[in-house]
Amino acid sequence: MSDGKAPAAWAWLRELLVSLGAVALALLVGAGLLALAGYNVADAYVSLYQGSFGNIYSLADTLLNAIPLLFTGLAVAFAFRGGLFNIGTEGQLYVAALATALVALALPGWPSVLVITAALLAGAAAGAAWGFVPGFLKARTGAHEVITTIMLNYVAILLTTHLVKTQFKAPGPVDQTALIPAAARLPELIATTRLTWAIVIAIALIALVDWVLRRSAWGMDVELLGQNPEAAAYAGVPVQARVAMIMAVSGAIAGLAGSTLVLGVLHRFITNFSPGYGFTGIAVALVARTRPWGIVPAAVLFGALQAGGLSMQLFARIPSDLMTVVQGLVILFVAAPGLVTLFRRRAGKTGMALEREGTR
Amino acid sequence: MRGVHKRFGPVVANDGVDLAVAPGEIHCLLGENGAGKSTLMKILYGLYQPDGGEIRVRGRQVRMRGPRDAMALGIGMVHQHFMLVDRMTVAENLIAGIEPVRHGLIDLARAREQVRAIADRYGLRVDPDARVHDLSVGEQQRVEILKALMRNADVLILDEPTAVLTPQEVDELFHVMQQLKADGKTLIFITHKLRETMAFSDRVTVLRAGRNAGTVQTAATNPQELAEMMVGRHVSLRVSRPPQTPGDVLLELEGVSVTDGRGHARLRGVSLTVRSGEILGIAGVEGNGQLELEEAVAGLRPLAGGKVRIGGQEPLRAGPQGRRDLGLAHIPSDRLRRGLAAPLRLTRNGILGRHWRAPFALRGVLREPPIRSHVSQLLERFQIRGRLEAPAGTLSGGNQQKLVVARELAHGPKVILACQPTRGVDVGAIEQIHAQLLKMRSAGAAILLISADLDELMALSDRLAVLYEGRILVEGPAERFTKPELGLWMAGQRPAAAGAEGARNV
Amino acid sequence: MSDAWDVIFQINTLTAALRLATPIALAAMAGTLSERAGIVNIGLEGKLLAGAWAAVYVTYVTGNPWLGVLAAVAAGMLVGLLLGLFAIRLRADHVVAGVGINILLLGLTTWLMQVIWGSRGTSPTVTPLPRWSIPIVRDIPVLEELVGSHAPLVYFTLLAAPLLWVVLFRTPAGLRLRMIGEHPEAADTVGIPVHRTQYLTLLAAGALAALGGAQLALGDLAWFSQNMSAGRGYMALAANVFGQWNPIGSLLAALLFALTDAVQMRIQTLPNPWPTELVQMLPYLLTVLVLSGAVKRSRPPAALGRHYPPDHSAGAP
Repeated sequence: MSDGKAPAAWAWLRELLVSLGAVALALLVGAGLLALAGYNVADAYVSLYQGSFGNIYSLADTLLNAIPLLFTGLAVAFAFRGGLFNIGTEGQLYVAALATALVALALPGWPSVLVITAALLAGAAAGAAWGFVPGFLKARTGAHEVITTIMLNYVAILLTTHLVKTQFKAPGPVDQTALIPAAARLPELIATTRLTWAIVIAIALIALVDWVLRRSAWGMDVELLGQNPEAAAYAGVPVQARVAMIMAVSGAIAGLAGSTLVLGVLHRFITNFSPGYGFTGIAVALVARTRPWGIVPAAVLFGALQAGGLSMQLFARIPSDLMTVVQGLVILFVAAPGLVTLFRRRAGKTGMALEREGTR
Repeated sequence: MRGVHKRFGPVVANDGVDLAVAPGEIHCLLGENGAGKSTLMKILYGLYQPDGGEIRVRGRQVRMRGPRDAMALGIGMVHQHFMLVDRMTVAENLIAGIEPVRHGLIDLARAREQVRAIADRYGLRVDPDARVHDLSVGEQQRVEILKALMRNADVLILDEPTAVLTPQEVDELFHVMQQLKADGKTLIFITHKLRETMAFSDRVTVLRAGRNAGTVQTAATNPQELAEMMVGRHVSLRVSRPPQTPGDVLLELEGVSVTDGRGHARLRGVSLTVRSGEILGIAGVEGNGQLELEEAVAGLRPLAGGKVRIGGQEPLRAGPQGRRDLGLAHIPSDRLRRGLAAPLRLTRNGILGRHWRAPFALRGVLREPPIRSHVSQLLERFQIRGRLEAPAGTLSGGNQQKLVVARELAHGPKVILACQPTRGVDVGAIEQIHAQLLKMRSAGAAILLISADLDELMALSDRLAVLYEGRILVEGPAERFTKPELGLWMAGQRPAAAGAEGARNV
Repeated sequence: MSDAWDVIFQINTLTAALRLATPIALAAMAGTLSERAGIVNIGLEGKLLAGAWAAVYVTYVTGNPWLGVLAAVAAGMLVGLLLGLFAIRLRADHVVAGVGINILLLGLTTWLMQVIWGSRGTSPTVTPLPRWSIPIVRDIPVLEELVGSHAPLVYFTLLAAPLLWVVLFRTPAGLRLRMIGEHPEAADTVGIPVHRTQYLTLLAAGALAALGGAQLALGDLAWFSQNMSAGRGYMALAANVFGQWNPIGSLLAALLFALTDAVQMRIQTLPNPWPTELVQMLPYLLTVLVLSGAVKRSRPPAALGRHYPPDHSAGAP
């Protein structure tokens, strides 16, 4: 029963501050680690900045890294809104990426629009299937989706590797498919930047999810499930079907991260290609406070950390895995409502679906 | 206790409360729901830290940092919601924190002995090896009392101990309290029931809206005076229920059976009918199938057998929507658990359950204008103070409940399933909700009222039925039951066999 | 094909299973302990990694694997404390905090490996733990092969399971801990310090899980490699559910998972092996299947994952 008078704008600002504070705090701890390891912190963070926002090329790099995170972040956030924790986005993007590559390879000579659409749909379907399984198991048996999705990540990576190795391998030392035809490649949005129409697809998807959650009855079902599953059942929401469906939709969104990477950047499926876009999506979703439009700045932020981390590795010789550390810390900091109270010494409310246990 | 202050966010629960309890007396702490009684006692027991004021025990000023301190000072508490672990045995619950130990392991034999010794002394029989979930509510309360006694409590706080008991069990509790008093214990008894106050206590302290409304000798006061102290104005809680001839059968249960997750029968062939313009009240001690009956009628639990008909029809679709299609409104027994999604806005909670239907949604798209006008009407009609865009969780308990009731009654329901419709709300809201239910009755709705509040049941119902161990034990016109009789039925006994026992009921 | 099936029943597959079960079993028992006290422990994966890394690092520096084991215990307790800080003090959702910890430790151990050894894949080889053979057992033919010669932590695990059972179900400490997991308010009202007990439990659980990591790094192998726990922490949680929140059940479930792991490893050494990746999936698929089958029959501690005091306790009326 905290301040009911606070206008929505203030709540919004407060959440923004929480997110920024969490990132700042994580970078601060990162600085401490750098110092302990004997690196020059200033040099490191300068090169992090240079590599992410320093010039037009690094900015493009940041955006390029942000695109898959728009999808995975949105996927995780959407599942959160429905009270589900999808940490299987990594596996979902792998199966989707392979499905997309195979469809793109299977339709030579088709018009570009058709082959791209077909390949994207195939990817989304594969991702949806990979998300549906843990959703279905959760709905039917109660098996916790965190455990099943992470197990399916391993299965997805092993399965795609196996299929490529035994069925679809292009000649050469690397386990990868052949290059997809030019017609199947996503056109560039800005010439020579590798920034393709994927970014438009992602933004459109964010707008769609935002609209669905706020303006559709189905979206209200999702919100109800996230905030109070018992009230959802009372309201007549078919809980089991929705749970499976939410995970499938989340999987489809995550899958598009892999599909757009294949069609827009890699132009083929390469085994083990993801540097952890799925896991970074968790941090993105939490920093966005699970708000669809919040995904955009959050994804850019983590895209920057990824791009900057690589330049840090290249120029300052600091292992970029520090950015994984920062991600872990951000997740912890954002998820801790008590951290805010420490600063404000007043009972705060998260307003997030994560507190679903606590609503009694 | 002197000048005790306690606030929760913007809510002031205790505002400079004084309380003095003499050794060896039964002191009643009387007040409405939300008057701050439980808060005050939780401060005394160290569960809450006061924001101001002081506590003296036997003249010495003390500071309670936790229940451990309170127990060390000989203060024990029997909580309204029992602090017992269902899955553990009575003995385990009783010895937790003060376990007898041999060779580093719990000495169960000695634990049993200790339990028996203290149980015999106060005539509180329990089986130390029984699992708590197999005990009746009355037995569980005995375990709670024993728990305090085993920790050598001299001062015993009883928080709303009679709320969950049958009148007969209340009598038993009264005996136990007398015995404890005779043994030199001091008892603080929290209640909002006037008759219990008059019957049980030596002195009364009345709280109103977090402040003292006075302390009086029980012998020197009367219920009317106490009632006025409690609510601050003259109130009559009597409702007028105009006589009315019931019409067609609108709700019919035929041999409805329900089993729980472990396959145990919770409802055994319940058959009921409720007619248009009629209120059927379901009485019973909590845990005798009320929740299962609610869920079975509402479509929230699959039936193991039997049929539910609404307006003469069986629902086409399973689940709550099928029932709603036929004109069922459901006021759930726990508004926060089920009736509302606290973090969502009023404009969402106000259409909960109808958010797929016109005019609120068209082809799955929510339409704000009709939603907003509908929800504002609900707020207006029930005088609920709240903004349309505020989360439902920011409303007071009374306003939350009024929102649920308003929402459910808004669509001209044929059948109303009203479960604990006034639990935990203030007097004003109670009056309003009762009036609305009676209005629906006049309008021809069939109302199934499940309530733990006997006064409410007797005031509103045309007919009463008693649910005991998942069966309807007795059913008949409300006038035919007296309160003591009802109590015996609720305990699973026939009044005739029990004879004059009920006469001393309070 | 028939070779592959034979493998399952070979005694040295079972021996391998016992060895491979140890990290999962230790982590599963850690999960049992903390979940009985009401704390969801998704962070087991991170604790395995922390334990493995610390064990290898200290062994690398000192040359003594026993000091490595001690370091693992310390590291695990530290991670346990971290989970406690967030899940108890700062009231983070237990599951989210656990996932955060896992990602943090995955990053941290990989980063430290590069900072110290300049390699992202594996650390240098260090002295592994010795193998012990048990005096009487080594004279009994079949038993000798099965449990004859293992790293000490394998024996420790076999002893720890019944010991933990006794602690949980027969001692005052265990009763108090379980009461907190079932009904923290009840525990609080009889003066049991809820948070302090939970912190202590998390310290113990952290130590146990980290010992699992030490076994992984110094018992099975003699080095640390990136993400070497490979999901075992999550498998351990599934084992804990399958084992009904009972240390002995956790051990048995861990043995089941490890058996598939042992089988897949043995199958790969056969002359005409099955496809490596497909066989490697076995433990992961089994985990999903077992968890899905087990949850319905199981009853977790009633207050699992809840904060104390409850999140919405602010308004009394």
